Amino acid sequence: MSHPTIGNRLVKNVTVQSMRDRPNCLTSGHRACQGCGEALGARCVLDAAYAATGGKIAVVNATGCLEVFSCVYPENSWQVPWLHSLFGNAPAVATGVAAAFKQQGKSDVRIIAQGGDGALSDIGMGCLSGMFERNDDVLCVCYDNQAYMNTGVQRSGATPAFARTATTLPTGNYLGNDAQTGKNLPKIAMAHEIPYVATASIGNIHDLEEKVTKAIHIRGAKYLHVHVPCPLGWGYSPSDTIKIARAAVQCGLFPLFEMERGKIMKSTPIKDPVKVDDYLKSQRRFAHLFGKSASPEALAALQDIADNNIRDYALAENANG
Amino acid sequence: MLRQLEGSHAIARSVALCRPRVVCAYPISPQTHILEGLEELIRSGKLQNCEYLNVESEMGALSVAIGAEAAGVRSYTATSSQGLLYMIEAVYNASGLELPIVMTLGNRALGSPINIWNDHSDAMSVRDSGWVMFFAETNQEAADLHILAFMVAEKMRCPVIVNVDGFILTHAYDRVDIPSQEAVDEFLPPYAPNISLDVDSPMAVGTMVPPEYFMEVRCLAHRKHEDSLALIERAGSTFEEKFGRNSGGLLRGYSLQNADTIVVAMGSVAGTIKDVVDELNHEGGKFGELTIVCYRPFPREALRNSLKNSKRIIVVEKSLAVGVGGILSQEIELAMKGCNVEIISVIAGLGGRNITKSTLKEHFSKKNHEKMTFLDLRNDIIADQYRPICSAAVKAEKTCPIQP
Amino acid sequence: MFQVRIHGRGGQGVVTAAEMLSLAAFFEGKYAQAFPSFGSERTGAPVVAFCRISDREIRLREPIMEPNAVIIQDCTVIDSANAFHGLVEKGFILVNSNHDINHGLKNVSLKCISATEIALEHIGKPIPNAVLLGSFAGLTGILKIESVIEAIKTKFSGAIGEKNIAAARVAYDRTLEVG
Repeated sequence: MSHPTIGNRLVKNVTVQSMRDRPNCLTSGHRACQGCGEALGARCVLDAAYAATGGKIAVVNATGCLEVFSCVYPENSWQVPWLHSLFGNAPAVATGVAAAFKQQGKSDVRIIAQGGDGALSDIGMGCLSGMFERNDDVLCVCYDNQAYMNTGVQRSGATPAFARTATTLPTGNYLGNDAQTGKNLPKIAMAHEIPYVATASIGNIHDLEEKVTKAIHIRGAKYLHVHVPCPLGWGYSPSDTIKIARAAVQCGLFPLFEMERGKIMKSTPIKDPVKVDDYLKSQRRFAHLFGKSASPEALAALQDIADNNIRDYALAENANG
Repeated sequence: MLRQLEGSHAIARSVALCRPRVVCAYPISPQTHILEGLEELIRSGKLQNCEYLNVESEMGALSVAIGAEAAGVRSYTATSSQGLLYMIEAVYNASGLELPIVMTLGNRALGSPINIWNDHSDAMSVRDSGWVMFFAETNQEAADLHILAFMVAEKMRCPVIVNVDGFILTHAYDRVDIPSQEAVDEFLPPYAPNISLDVDSPMAVGTMVPPEYFMEVRCLAHRKHEDSLALIERAGSTFEEKFGRNSGGLLRGYSLQNADTIVVAMGSVAGTIKDVVDELNHEGGKFGELTIVCYRPFPREALRNSLKNSKRIIVVEKSLAVGVGGILSQEIELAMKGCNVEIISVIAGLGGRNITKSTLKEHFSKKNHEKMTFLDLRNDIIADQYRPICSAAVKAEKTCPIQP
Repeated sequence: MFQVRIHGRGGQGVVTAAEMLSLAAFFEGKYAQAFPSFGSERTGAPVVAFCRISDREIRLREPIMEPNAVIIQDCTVIDSANAFHGLVEKGFILVNSNHDINHGLKNVSLKCISATEIALEHIGKPIPNAVLLGSFAGLTGILKIESVIEAIKTKFSGAIGEKNIAAARVAYDRTLEVG
């Protein structure tokens, strides 16, 4: 590790992202929107993995925003070996890369399969489940922005309840995406009893980097679910991406935890609690739940989700002792 | 070494001789015995240095092969019918990425209605996907074509499908000469990948290509296919010199000299047709047979040269483009443009309908032919079930109202 | 060309019988082609398998419609499978049965042998295929018993192979005795 950048001098536990010579696996010049949470998430994850392995990583990318904005021929922002095949097959392609590396004796090169929530929780879930079940030596990273942003913000299986998307427009009594929805991919991953499952947020880089560093060295299938806000799709100012990401964690809607072999091992307590209502109010996709046609029931349902998370993952400040 | 083997096992042994490093597949009839055979060869240590993966779907199978090839190792998979349709997005992806994967297609009909038996509908569904496509007539050819396939694929940087008639070949026990490892090693050099995911020399593979470059990518792929006709022909001759068998190349003619009528076919039905041709010629006929070994790239010039002196071409084809007709016959029609020759399409063997010597003989012997015939069609069922959408009168007016 | 059609039920080794027949012919330097009736076979369902034997390369790929010999591994399929259909004149019928059957055909050689009993006695399992192949060699003279034994050995190694071979020999001898 080299010197931390100015401003971090007094911080003992510096992040890879704060290094002056961070790897920049996804380097600048790409075409992501201003304030893109996914671009930030991908850079943080890959830089941490790069730092942890001495640059020995190869990346398989699903189709989606991340693929489209990062490399339109003849331009390319990836500074690591990178392969894009299709929307729904990234985990299987990564399995193939892992098999090939094993044959070539390159087991020191670690493999990351990455994609959005659409690629992994919807169209590619069969391939993802297969990769988990076979316990292939791949770290799969899902950048969850909770809808199909690349095609214009349509609902995905990971879209939260009552969120407005292009295909769940609130009208009349319809409050946007149905209640009881939002596929929980970390729990699905956990059900495969793979060696390591974790959630992370771009609002907590220390935590994210620690988890990547831990996961990248584990042999077998690993899953990391990273919460990445999308200014365009969620309806907030691009300068607020980190603020929104932190609020999601601090209100309990996006719990940070680690699981090993199907059991919750550790969770990150809420330090600066945020009200669920305040988190929702900060985004236009939930604006219909407030004001004239406000729905106390919907708000209560979302509050329930947060409360349950706080209970199930022991997120209250004093819960972990 | 001469052996009496099931077709699938002959293919498995032949693939093993090509030393693939990654083999992956998802079971579907009639392809299953091939992957079972390979699995056994790998687990028993007869094929070493090879990963065998049981995956969750055909999409997974071809995707694993794509990842493995992109990482720089020789890879193989196999499928049939619905399985090919399930992986079709990856089929186009593999050729677009120029990954020399070899895949066996145990040819089978496409549903609905579901049907597990042989025809060429599955192969025809990917005829424009940019893969090289070979068709095996016998199990000897099926075995040999896989060795040729790896060679052609890697020279061309293009994936290859070896079509093998499901059940008829995959499940038949025949005499097959399995070459020695040394001979195959001499013929097929170790894989030298064009791309590989290398940390010392990072490369982005599979980027988006915008309109300013996309046409050129496609044009270059087309040029490569056209150029490779000569390569495939030469690879066939080299194989023959080395192994003493003509198993590859573009086309294979039988009794073509002085033939007025030439029957064109692909796959195992060519054998039955040759028996018919012999009988007809014995009775004073002037018949010949032409087998298409390499269907993609389409050997237009070679076909034209082989067929131009005939008076009549009968295309026996195991697939149908609904609303269009015979696929192969129309391609041959284009190849023969300007030649004064009658071209007849015989749709035969769909969904495993037996193609018998007697009906072929009866059909070939006819003096006047319909442009297109369904061989051995059960006309009673058609008469009973066929309901014209438009009456003849409406058809004559060339407008067809939608019936309530 | 000599064509054989084998009728039986799934689980009785019908397809293996055809394969072994082709192996035996192969060991005699002949060309042989064996193949099953294609379908989703289930245990107990009627199954048909075919074998062509020739001195020349076999190109024909149609099912066998005019067999020179029919082997019946299970009498209960005879009617439903129309098992003797197309049998050529002076053809052979070999049936796994301890009593004569009525085939209604003229000018054929019929042999009934209780193959299941022989199999139970020598192999300990009611799998009659190898037994019937021994009998087939005796009845038709198309293949030598040594070739059939070689084929059984190739397909079944070790003790189970030896038992099948012993059973096939018994059937062969019994078939020759009666003439």
